[in-house]
Amino acid sequence: MSAGVLARTRELAAGYGRVPAIEDVSFDVEPGQRVALLGPNGGGKTTLLRVLLGELRPMHGTVEVRGRAATVPQTERSRLDFPVSALDVALMGALPRLPWWKRPGHTDREVAREALERVGVAGRADDTFGDLSGGQRQRVLIARGLVQDAELLLLDEPFSGLDVPAASGLESLIAQLAAEGRGVVIATHDLRQAQRWDAVLCLNHRQIAFGPPDEVLDREVLEATYAGAIVEIPGSGHVGVLPAHHH
Amino acid sequence: MIDFVTDPLGQEFIRRALLEVGLISLAGGALGCWVVFYGVSYAAESLSHALFPGLVVAALVGIPLLAGGIPGIAIAALAIALIGRVPGIGRDTAVAVVVTAFFGLGALLALSPESPPGIQNLLFGDILAPSNSDLILSAILAAMVVISLVALHWRLLAVAFDRTTAGSLGASPTLADAAVLVLLAAAVLVAAQGLGTLLAIAALVGPAATARQFAVRVPSMMLAATLIGIGAGVAGLYVSYYAGVAAGAAIAGCIVVAYLAALVASATRALFERPLAATALPEAVR
Repeated sequence: MSAGVLARTRELAAGYGRVPAIEDVSFDVEPGQRVALLGPNGGGKTTLLRVLLGELRPMHGTVEVRGRAATVPQTERSRLDFPVSALDVALMGALPRLPWWKRPGHTDREVAREALERVGVAGRADDTFGDLSGGQRQRVLIARGLVQDAELLLLDEPFSGLDVPAASGLESLIAQLAAEGRGVVIATHDLRQAQRWDAVLCLNHRQIAFGPPDEVLDREVLEATYAGAIVEIPGSGHVGVLPAHHH
Repeated sequence: MIDFVTDPLGQEFIRRALLEVGLISLAGGALGCWVVFYGVSYAAESLSHALFPGLVVAALVGIPLLAGGIPGIAIAALAIALIGRVPGIGRDTAVAVVVTAFFGLGALLALSPESPPGIQNLLFGDILAPSNSDLILSAILAAMVVISLVALHWRLLAVAFDRTTAGSLGASPTLADAAVLVLLAAAVLVAAQGLGTLLAIAALVGPAATARQFAVRVPSMMLAATLIGIGAGVAGLYVSYYAGVAAGAAIAGCIVVAYLAALVASATRALFERPLAATALPEAVR
């Protein structure tokens, strides 16, 4: 893998049983790149993120990740009634570099506080994680990734459930993190966001397309990615994806 | 009035019982918080029931109760793991089968005409009569539980917070589950010795469930659970002393009373807080 690449897959296939959930995935993430991961629910986005994280081994093909990768999961999956502070959650990012019997120390706390400050939630450090707004929770989980010192951040639908100001705030934070040389892979359903980022990976069990958004995002690719769930916005020439059902 | 408090303390058996109550609360209170978060209350109850035949054998042979309990609990855990692997039998069923079989075996041994009188104390405990070796073994097990919980705290926390991403933080959910179960077995041994195999679960789950009603962080919840356990234990011993009722049952009863009081307090607070929450301002930082 060349020095400038943070993550690379070639003909990657992965899944949970014998049948792969994703196949034939080949793409690179370079430092400073925001890569949109587009695809229908159940199309393999989370599977790909788990492979990049090293939690799932490829069935076929290769995956290489330089340095640390950190995940920013959907916060609905964590227990919102769990009695931890935002600082505690950010501090969990120190665990990978500690032996199992060691507790995070004073320096780790400082690092975690700085990370919360970086993402703009230092004022809520001592509040219960579940009491924060959706946008703040995403920021705390991004801070956890920063404490992990991750060069590659994997965000799983970070905008779902956020209102417009929260989403645009999060988007500028992502831009900042990329400007510092991190690679950010963002699973999303929002095509307009994807158009503003550096690369797009369309995934529907297999890789439909990968490249800069203006080259990749055409009607044909979107139809293959989302099957029938494409609508044209009348009179605008824009296409959009029917909102996904969240259960 | 002061005699009311000091009278029981003049009795050697009450002082020993207080020591035992302290050890049970130390092991059970802190670990109980993880029992609640990991949803293993059923496993805790099962382990304490499966312990019964080991305790009976120890009492019949005349060795320290814990020396019989430890192999007994290990055999039960092994049997649950093995039967759980039989196709078509779920883990739940395996636990039920093993626990019933073990408990029945214990009852068969305990209720046979040859068994010495008083062996039924193993069911409801005999907190008033721990031997020196019982107390020392309890202290060792309680210390082991507390030290392990301090060392493992952050891993257990990461897994309880979000199992799906804990692995990427170097906290394996499988290992965390295993650690909680092993420590649970140790705490059950300590609690069953004083409260019996039927009431041990009260000391493990009750104080933690009570503390959960108001504690806002895990460490303060552990501390609160331990103090609630000690408080209920002391209150139970006094009730037993003055009302002449069984000590183990009185302690379990006090734990239940504490839980109900916390439940009522928390429901009342929620009733008053709700109108405030509805008018709360939107967050300034998003």
